[in-house]
Amino acid sequence: MNDAIRNLGQRKISRRAALAGLGAGASFLAMPWVARAADDTIRIGFPTPLTGPYAAEAKDQVKSAELAIKLVNDKGGIGGRKVELLVRDGKLNGGEAATRTLELIEKDKVHAVVGALSSAVQLAVNEVTRARGVIYISISQSDTINEKKDSSKYTFHEAMNPHMTTAAVARHAFKKGNKVAHLVADYAYGHEMLRGFKRAQAAIGAETVGELLHPIGAPDYSTLMPRLRAMKPDILCISNFGRDQANSIKQAVDFGMKQQMKIVVPVLLHNQRLAVGPEVFEGVVGGANYYWELESKLPSAKTFNDAFRAANGGAIPTDYGAYGFTGVSSLLLAMQAAGGTDTEKVVAALEGLKYDVAKGAQHYRKCDHQSVQSVLVLESKKKADMKGANDFFNIVENEAPSEDVLRSCKELGFPA
Amino acid sequence: MDAELILIQLFSGVALGAILVITALGLSIIFGMLGVVNFAHGALFMIGAYAGLWVASLTGSFWWGLLVAPIMIGVFGMAIEWLLVRPLYGRSVDDPLLLTFGLSYVLVEAVRIVFGNDGIPFPTPSQLTGVANLGVGYFPIYRLFVIVVVAVVLLLLWLALEKTKFGLIVRAGSRDPTIMRVLGVNISKVWLLVFGVGVGLAALGGVLAGPMRTVNPEMGSLVLIEAFVVTVIGGLGSLLGSVVAGLLVGVAISMTALFAPEMGTIVMFALMALVLLVRPRGLFGKAA
Amino acid sequence: MERDMTVKSIPLAATSSGARKATDLAAALTNWRVLLSIAALCLLPWVLPSKALAVNVLVYGVLAMGYNLLFGYTGLLSFGHAAFFGAGAYVTGIAIGQFGVPWYGAVLLGVIGGGLLALAIGALSIRTRGIYFSMVTLALAQLVYHVALQASSWTGGENGLRGFTVAKIDIAGFSINFLDPVSKYYVLMVFAALALWFVSRILNSPFGAAIEAIRENETRARTCGYDVERTKLISFVLSGLICALAGTMSALHLAFVPLDVLHYQTSGMIVMMTLLGGASSFFGPFVGALAFLLMEDVFSLWTSHWQIIVGSIFILFVLFLPKGIWGTFLARVVR
Repeated sequence: MNDAIRNLGQRKISRRAALAGLGAGASFLAMPWVARAADDTIRIGFPTPLTGPYAAEAKDQVKSAELAIKLVNDKGGIGGRKVELLVRDGKLNGGEAATRTLELIEKDKVHAVVGALSSAVQLAVNEVTRARGVIYISISQSDTINEKKDSSKYTFHEAMNPHMTTAAVARHAFKKGNKVAHLVADYAYGHEMLRGFKRAQAAIGAETVGELLHPIGAPDYSTLMPRLRAMKPDILCISNFGRDQANSIKQAVDFGMKQQMKIVVPVLLHNQRLAVGPEVFEGVVGGANYYWELESKLPSAKTFNDAFRAANGGAIPTDYGAYGFTGVSSLLLAMQAAGGTDTEKVVAALEGLKYDVAKGAQHYRKCDHQSVQSVLVLESKKKADMKGANDFFNIVENEAPSEDVLRSCKELGFPA
Repeated sequence: MDAELILIQLFSGVALGAILVITALGLSIIFGMLGVVNFAHGALFMIGAYAGLWVASLTGSFWWGLLVAPIMIGVFGMAIEWLLVRPLYGRSVDDPLLLTFGLSYVLVEAVRIVFGNDGIPFPTPSQLTGVANLGVGYFPIYRLFVIVVVAVVLLLLWLALEKTKFGLIVRAGSRDPTIMRVLGVNISKVWLLVFGVGVGLAALGGVLAGPMRTVNPEMGSLVLIEAFVVTVIGGLGSLLGSVVAGLLVGVAISMTALFAPEMGTIVMFALMALVLLVRPRGLFGKAA
Repeated sequence: MERDMTVKSIPLAATSSGARKATDLAAALTNWRVLLSIAALCLLPWVLPSKALAVNVLVYGVLAMGYNLLFGYTGLLSFGHAAFFGAGAYVTGIAIGQFGVPWYGAVLLGVIGGGLLALAIGALSIRTRGIYFSMVTLALAQLVYHVALQASSWTGGENGLRGFTVAKIDIAGFSINFLDPVSKYYVLMVFAALALWFVSRILNSPFGAAIEAIRENETRARTCGYDVERTKLISFVLSGLICALAGTMSALHLAFVPLDVLHYQTSGMIVMMTLLGGASSFFGPFVGALAFLLMEDVFSLWTSHWQIIVGSIFILFVLFLPKGIWGTFLARVVR
C-alpha cells in the first residue's frame, strides 16, 4: 500500500489540471439549480472556511486536497470511477458549515466528507454526518472529538490532537525542575492544550508557577504581561490559536519577556510566523503536523512536496494545508481497498489502513479513530539563518508515531 | 499581591486606555457634529494600519507612515461623506448607521482582495524598540510613545475646538445646524471636514496599533465594539466623555486582569450596561 | 435625533388608511397575506437550490419577521436580537439533550426562555432612546454571548451545543423521519405559518395601531394617552418570542447550536435581511431573508469574496431603495 501511494506522486501534473481542480465548485456553478444527476463519480464533500481569519489555511487545504484527488484520477480513479471534490465555504461558522454539509449530503449525495478548520465547525459537521451515517474525516485539532460522547463509527480524526502535540512539545522543551507559566485562551481548545501540558509537566517534573486565561480573540495582552513576568518562569507556554498566537507572542516579545524566559507554543503556526516575521518568532518552540523540510529525510514528504510544487507554481505545502492531503489520501486509499464507496466497507478499510503519504507511517486507532502519527517539534529560525523565503523553522524533534502519546481508550470513555 | 504589581497594572490600564481613547474619539466627533453613527469606524482603523504600513514600506520610514496615512484615509473619509453619507441627511438616523455597516463589509473584503487574508508584519520602528524600567516594572518604549502621541493629539484637538474660529463654528454647528445656515455658514463643508478628521483619527489609531498587533483584515472588528463601548459610556458626542471613559475602561480591564483576566472583554460590556442603567445618556452625555 | 417620518411609512400592509387607498390587488394581498405567504412557503423547497437552504429561509424569515415587529413597526433599532434567537436555540437544545424533554416541549421552553430574556433586556433597554437604545441592546446581547461562552458545561462553550439530534417526530400516531429534508421542511413550516398568523393578528389588533403610532411620533402617541413604555416593552417581548421561535427551529434543523448564533454579527445580519426585504411590510423580512441567503449561497460558490458583493448591494439598497425589495414591489407594482 505504501508503495502504491508513493508511485501516485511520481506522475507529473500539469498546472492547468490543478487549476481546473481548484474550481471543483465551478463545475457546480454552471447549473446551481439542477440537482446533480446520479452517475458513478465518487464525490467527496469538503467544507472549509474560505472566508474569515483562517481563509489562507483553508485555501492551502483545498489545494492539497485537490492534489490528492488529482493523483488518483490520473491513475484511472477508483475502480474506474472518477473522484470529485466539492468545496464549500463553511465561513468558520458552525451553523453555516452544518448547512453546507446538509446540502452536500442531501443534494450532492456525497460519499464522504473531509474538512473543517476549527474545533466548533468540526463538531458541527460531525453532528450532521454521524446522524446520517456518512463518513467524516476531520482535519482540525481537537481533543473533544476523540471522546466517546462525540465519536461515531463514521467519524475519523486525521489531525493531531492537543494532547499528543503538547506531550511531544513538553518532552522536548521542558526539563525537570523548570518553572512554567501558562497563558491560555479561555475556550475548550485552549483548556485542552493546558491540560495536555500540565499532564506532561507532571511526568517530567516541571512545576507550574501560574496560569492566566485570556478572552478568545483578544487583541491586547499588555495587562497580562506584568503578572506573567512576576511569576518568574523559565518557560512561558502560550496556548492559543491563529491571530491570538501572533498577537500574544508579539506583545510578549515587546515586553522583553524573551530575554528572561523561553516561549513555547503547542502548535507553531506557519501562517502566523509569516504574519509576524522572523524577529518576533525567533527561538519560539512548538509542535507541527508537517513541515516541508521533512523532504530531506522522508521520501513520501519529497513526493508530496514535488507534486504540490508542480501543481502550485513552486509553492510549498503548509502545516494545515498538509492535513487536506493526508486526510483525503487516507480516504481514497480506503476506498481503493474497499473497492468502492460502500460506507461499511470503507469504514472497515479505514480502520485497517496503514498509510504513508507525506509524513511517515500513519494509522487510525481502533477505538476513537484518531490518526496515530509522527509529531514534529519545530524551532523558529533567526532571520540570518534563513536559507530561503520559506525556510522558517528547524525540525528539532520528530517523534515517531505511537499510541502511547494518546489518551487511553478507557479514559476517553470507550469500553476497554 | 504587592503594591508594585498594582501600580504597574494601573499604568498598563492607562496605557491601554490611551489606545481606546484614540479609537473612540473619531467616532465621538463624527456623532457629536453630524449625528452619524459610523459603523465603518473599525474597518477604517484597519485600513489606516494598512495604509501606514504601505507608506512606511514605500518611504522606508515609520514616521512618514504615521504622518501621511491618517491624512490619506481622512481624505478617503471625506469622499465617503460626500458620496455616500450626504444623501442620507434628513432621513432616519438609522440610515447612515446601516449604510456604514454595509460599507464595513465592503472595505474589509476589499483589503482581503488587495493584501490577502494573511496578516502582514508591521515592525516596531527601530528608535522605539525595547523596554523601559519605570521603577515599578518594565514597559515597552513604543507603548510609552503611543501615550505621548495620544496626549499631543488631544491637546491639538482641544486647541482647534476651543481656540479657533473654525472650532467655534463646529461647536455651534453641533448645537444647531439650521441657525448656522441662517447665519450664512456653509455647514456642509464643516461636516465634510469633521467627517474627514474623525476618519483620520481612526486611521491614526490603526497606524499606532500596527506595531503592537499584527496587521490583518479582521483587526478592526473588535476595535469598533471597543470604540462604541467607550463613546457610549462617556456619552455620545462628548469628547471629554470619550477621554474619561477610555481611561476608565482601560483601568477596569487591567484591574480585572489582576484576578480574572479571562473577563477582560466582558467587563467592558458590564461597565457599559451599568453606566447606562444609572445614566441613560452616558457619563457626559447631553440631554436630548 | 428625531426620526423623520417620511422614510419608513409604507403602512400599506398594516394600517386601515393604507388599505383603503390601495387597489384591489393590494387589498387582496393584505387581506389574504397569511394564506398567500403560506402558499409561497409551500412552494419554496422546490424552487430553491437545496432543501437545507429552504429551511434556513424559514428560520431566518421568522427571525427577521420577529425583529421587524420591533424595528419596522415600533421603530426601535435593536442590535441585540441575536440574544433571543440564541436563547431559543440553546434552551431547546439543552432541554432535549440534557433533560430528555420531547421536542415539542423543548420548542415551547425555548420560546418561553427567549421571551423571558427579552423581558429582562427590554425592561433595561427601553429606558434609553435612539442610538443609545441600539447600543444598550448590543451591550446586553454581548453579555449574553459571554455568559454562554463561559457556561460551557451547559452550552458547550465555543465548541457549540450538540448531542440533541431529533431523528423522528411522532404526531398523532404518525412517525415522521425528521432527517428527511422534505419532511423536516414541512414540519418547520408549520411553525413559520403560526408565526405569520401571530404577527398578522398583532398588526391587525389595536396594539398594532399603538406601536405604529409610537413609531410615527412618540410624543404625539403619549399625548393621545398611550402608555408608551409599556407598549414598547410588550412589543419588545413579542418580538423576542418570535425570534426565539426561530432559534428553536434552527436548533431542530441543524441539531447543533454554534456560539456564533449569539454573536453581534448575527444581530447585524438580521438587520440587513429586514432592510433588504423591506421593513414595515408584512412579508418583506421573509423576502429579505430569502434574498440574503440566496445571495450568500450563490455568490459564495463563485468567489470567496462574496461579502464585497453583499455589502455593496446592501449599500445600494440603503441609498436608493430604502423600502427594500418587497416594499418597493408593493409601492411600484401593486399600487
